[in-house]
Amino acid sequence: MAGGVRQVDRSDVRKHEGFLRDGNFRWLWIALALCAVSIAGYLMIDAEPRPRGGTMYGYTLGTIGALLIVWLALFGIRKRAITTGVYSLKAWLSAHVYLGLSLLVIGTLHAGFHFGWNVHTLAYALMVLVIVSGMFGAAAYAVLPERLSANRGETTQRQWLETIRSLDSQLRDAAQPLDRAEADLVRLSTEQTDIGGSLWSRLTGDYSGCKTRRAVEELARTRRSGPANPSLDQIDSLLKRKQETLAQARRHIRIKTILEVWLYVHVPVTFALLAALTAHIVSVFFYW
Amino acid sequence: MGEKYRIAIVGSGPAGLSAAAHAASIGVSHILLEKTDHLSDTIFRYQRGKYVMATPAQLVLRADLNFDAGYRENILETWNGGIAEAKATVRYNADVKSIAGEKGDFTLTLTNGDTVQAETVVLAIGLQGNPNLMRCPGGDLPHVQYQLDDPTAYIDEHIFIIGAGDAGIENALGLAADPAQANVVSIVNRSADFSRAKDANVSNLMNARDAGRVSTYTEASPSKVEPGFITLEVPDGELRLKCDRIIARLGASAPRKQVESFGIEFTSANNDACPKLSPTFETTKEGIYVIGALAGYPLIKHCMNQGHDVVEFINGNLTLAPADEPILAKKLAELPGGRSVADWLELLREKVEILNGLSPLQMREFLMGAEVHFYRANQVIFERHAIGSSLFGVASGSVKVEINPANPAITVPIGAGSIFGEVGLISGRRRGATIRAAEDCIAVEIPRTAALKLMATSKEARDTVHRITTERTVLQIFGSGLSAADVAGVLAKAEVKEVKPGEAIIKEGDESYDIFIVRRGSMVVEREIAGKPVFLNYIPAGQWAGEMALVEGGRRSATVRAAIRSDVIKLDGDTFRLLLNRKPELVARLRSDMSARRRIGEFIDKEKDNFSGVLDYYTSVAKFLVDQGVGEATDVLLIDEKLCVGCDNCEKACADAHDGLSRLDREAGRTYAHLHVPTSCRHCEHPHCMTDCPPNAIHRGPDGEVFIDNTCIGCGNCQRFCPYGVIRMDKPPPKKPGLVPWLLFGMGPGPGEPDKAWKEANAKHGDGSHKQAIKCDMCSGIKGGPACVRACPTGAAIRVSPENFLSVALLDRGRG
Ligand SMILES: Cc1cc2nc3c(=O)[nH]c(=O)nc-3n(C[C@H](O)[C@H](O)[C@H](O)COP(=O)(O)OP(=O)(O)OC[C@H]3O[C@@H](n4cnc5c(N)ncnc54)[C@H](O)[C@@H]3O)c2cc1C
Ligand code: HEM
Ligand code: SF4
Ligand code: SF4
Ligand code: SF4
Repeated sequence: MAGGVRQVDRSDVRKHEGFLRDGNFRWLWIALALCAVSIAGYLMIDAEPRPRGGTMYGYTLGTIGALLIVWLALFGIRKRAITTGVYSLKAWLSAHVYLGLSLLVIGTLHAGFHFGWNVHTLAYALMVLVIVSGMFGAAAYAVLPERLSANRGETTQRQWLETIRSLDSQLRDAAQPLDRAEADLVRLSTEQTDIGGSLWSRLTGDYSGCKTRRAVEELARTRRSGPANPSLDQIDSLLKRKQETLAQARRHIRIKTILEVWLYVHVPVTFALLAALTAHIVSVFFYW
Repeated sequence: MGEKYRIAIVGSGPAGLSAAAHAASIGVSHILLEKTDHLSDTIFRYQRGKYVMATPAQLVLRADLNFDAGYRENILETWNGGIAEAKATVRYNADVKSIAGEKGDFTLTLTNGDTVQAETVVLAIGLQGNPNLMRCPGGDLPHVQYQLDDPTAYIDEHIFIIGAGDAGIENALGLAADPAQANVVSIVNRSADFSRAKDANVSNLMNARDAGRVSTYTEASPSKVEPGFITLEVPDGELRLKCDRIIARLGASAPRKQVESFGIEFTSANNDACPKLSPTFETTKEGIYVIGALAGYPLIKHCMNQGHDVVEFINGNLTLAPADEPILAKKLAELPGGRSVADWLELLREKVEILNGLSPLQMREFLMGAEVHFYRANQVIFERHAIGSSLFGVASGSVKVEINPANPAITVPIGAGSIFGEVGLISGRRRGATIRAAEDCIAVEIPRTAALKLMATSKEARDTVHRITTERTVLQIFGSGLSAADVAGVLAKAEVKEVKPGEAIIKEGDESYDIFIVRRGSMVVEREIAGKPVFLNYIPAGQWAGEMALVEGGRRSATVRAAIRSDVIKLDGDTFRLLLNRKPELVARLRSDMSARRRIGEFIDKEKDNFSGVLDYYTSVAKFLVDQGVGEATDVLLIDEKLCVGCDNCEKACADAHDGLSRLDREAGRTYAHLHVPTSCRHCEHPHCMTDCPPNAIHRGPDGEVFIDNTCIGCGNCQRFCPYGVIRMDKPPPKKPGLVPWLLFGMGPGPGEPDKAWKEANAKHGDGSHKQAIKCDMCSGIKGGPACVRACPTGAAIRVSPENFLSVALLDRGRG
């Protein structure tokens, strides 16, 4: 329904696509090509025994692999160094993921399927560990954000904390007229709110020790046995609201934790890998 | 009857104070009348510890009182001391209600009934106006107050806030912020929702309400105030509630009515018009002078200079050159001809049509904010597609417009007296054509805000701009091959219409065939499918709608309605048809332009059965985005929550690219269908934030970004005007160690904005930095563009302009 003089020219309308699809899967294709060439090379070279580290071909693959590892490890810096210039961290991550995966092929061919109890195989194993954790991370990145968003709605973490704090103060007020035993129940919840908890709780969403939950359960028991008491009803509804908010916050924390926890393998093992890789290269050249 | 003073100065702001100090120092009999019990109420009411700026820097201060940039407290102290030392006559609690009499014999009546006699009156009452009062019985009791200076000053009280605009909500939240104060805070709102306040404030209020910290009464109004109690009228009756204090935030009425009642005329009916003034600040009522913010000069330095000058003028020194003379002289020095400042002012005023209606004083003020250029023949004045929103007036010589980008030889002349560059003024968008000097010429360049002010103050200027812009827009759009004469008939019947948000200018199925050009604002195009409107397209300012029915016949194929408040130019269908009959090439051009949107129509027809659910979905997404202000945005940050992992790298990148302060809040903001509009500037086509910036520090930059420069005085006006809550007042945190020391040794707070504790622990005092307005500048000047987008590892953060985003084209993306 419209035409006219275009007055806004956006030379750079950034494409809206995720890191896995960046540039129409550009890095996937590049990584596949790299793998294909490596495999073809491996099959074509007619060395006996089969080529491995010590051959010309092996050196080439080894060099490529080592450089790739160093480059992949530099991602941690790229991510945090906000430099000027045209770059996209998304494209970097896309390359990181696909080239990182291609290392499985390159590394394995470089090793020529020879494994043993030595520093060389250690480096290989660490590499595989980093890659596998990376695969987990990439999968989490692809699947979880949607659930994070659905759970969050339009609320923010700060709002949950505030809501919980204010429910606590309302609970304290409401508990004033109660007798000692009942008030202690409420105090259970107000004095110990464990939103995040241990790593185990965060990951599994298991908060069986939750004091608010215990308070709700015990309160239900008291109310069943005792006479009707409006202030207990009010406390019950406050506690239930607190429980809901807690549940929402914990679901959020659970998803966030899964999105982050793998990095605790990925990054430290990367450092171990860099060390093992150095040892591997040094030992190859000096103690061969 | 008491003494008769030579000068009665009303209002003890910087303008009035300076006048009184000067009168005292040269021994002119005077009295300074101040409504409150202290000097300079406006500055008195700045928040504690506010840093007051002394801009414009190049202007010399010509006053008997001192004024340097500094803290509110120090400035007030200096002035109090200065006034005492000068032995100026001050009368406090003297609220002037009316002024009667003539020059030489005025009687000023105060609200307490007292009168003051004076020969001349200097009005320096500023723009604060008077707060609207509580009208119900008991509204004048002492526990009813109209402002809240220090929310922490009240403990354990039942406090009612009346009025739920931003000020009221902020007061309520402030009073309830610290539970230790144990106040019981309630807010009373006359309407059912809180639509008058900003989203951010409303959502904070809702949270406070849900958390039990503030009670809200809606559709309620106070009907009676008694000591200790307030009675509210609510939909189902009356409530009498315990109440120790009432804070009424019912807005303020501008001082204009009162000023007019003194017999003073304003330049126009417009809201931001100022009193008509002579070069000596005299109003249309002889003997009454107006200076300071009320005269249209909001900066303290201007106010003080005028206080000095007006006393000199009244005292007979009519040859005094204004303090801005050297600045103007410098501005005009480059021009050929060697005239005096006064001669130049007169020449420009006479030659440039839109300036004809200005007084010499207004010309001066106007020129302070404008530039005068001399261009040699063929020199480029601006290029097509450059961003710029200033307006040019040709004072002598002429310029030429390259209307055909493919062939710069084809030009249209614009002669002396006329204007150009007006498109940027109306819609805030890029230049449509390159313009060069046709011969040596002199042109005035008027920044957008100054031009808008000019249009607000001078009717002649307004009419001229509207006439010329309509003609140009029509020629530019239906362009090539048409001359002004061809479209004269169409223009004669053209109408400029204001369209309310949601109002339709074209209705699907109607038999009309007028054409509409969107001059300001934006439109959405909808088609009804299976009884529901489906969103088809978005039309930004500068484009048009409605030619299909005219060219191809038939009924309207879609509805076009305003996304936000818009102005359209309506071109009469019958007259336009006459033009089309005469110009077959125009028909061909329209047909080719129409093909794109015909494709959209066909696409919808084809898909509507398979995808009616999907169409609904995208319609609702588009609606959501328009509601979020995307309809007036030129560039908006969106986050696809299907991709966002919540790493906040976008915020960290923004902070690290901008002195350690992030200009976006990722988590806050609205979300719909996993599309999140974070709290970050939309770079509005007509930025609300620019509405009232005293030093004029907000501009539109070369890439369309709206940015705030360093002259910001931290007054917070922009923050109040921005409806999207994206401006924060803050100062840069101390410098932190770099990335490498952090990575290796854990030094410093790491990437991103440091937390509050670190900021405080490492703050350097007296480093000269002060709270200023901080907002997204679209990373202007940073190579590579928006850091937030570049630094998002997953591709969730994108910046889009609405016309690229708000279209059924969304459909393709969704499935791709
Ligand atoms: C938050 C904020 C921050 C600002 N920061 C800066 C800054 O950093 N630098 C800068 O240059 N400018 C700043 N400004 C602008 C500046 O404060 C004002 O433009 C300036 O104070 C105007 O001075 P004035 O003398 O014209 O009027 P005002 O300062 O408004 O003074 C008017 C006085 O008249 C009195 N009065 C009003 N009506 C009557 C009546 N009927 N009878 C008797 N007395 C009356 C009032 O009580 C008041 O004391 C800021 C403004 C605001 C709101
Ligand atoms: C030997 C190979 C690899 C090395 C050395 C490596 C190293 C790293 C490092 C150092 C980081 C930065 C973490 C941080 O600072 O936050 C990182 C991030 C990441 N890596 Fe790897 N990686 C490798 C392989 C892979 C593979 C194969 C994948 C996926 C299949 C992968 C997926 C990711 C992802 C998703 C991130 C997180 C990006 C972010 O949140 O910023 N990595 N990697
Ligand atoms: S800061 Fe200005 S341009 Fe940005 S969203 Fe607010 S009003 Fe619009
Ligand atoms: S565009 Fe730049 S200034 Fe604006 S939010 Fe993004 S990083 Fe911050
Ligand atoms: S950088 Fe991207 S993924 Fe990280 S929080 Fe921002 S939008 Fe989400």
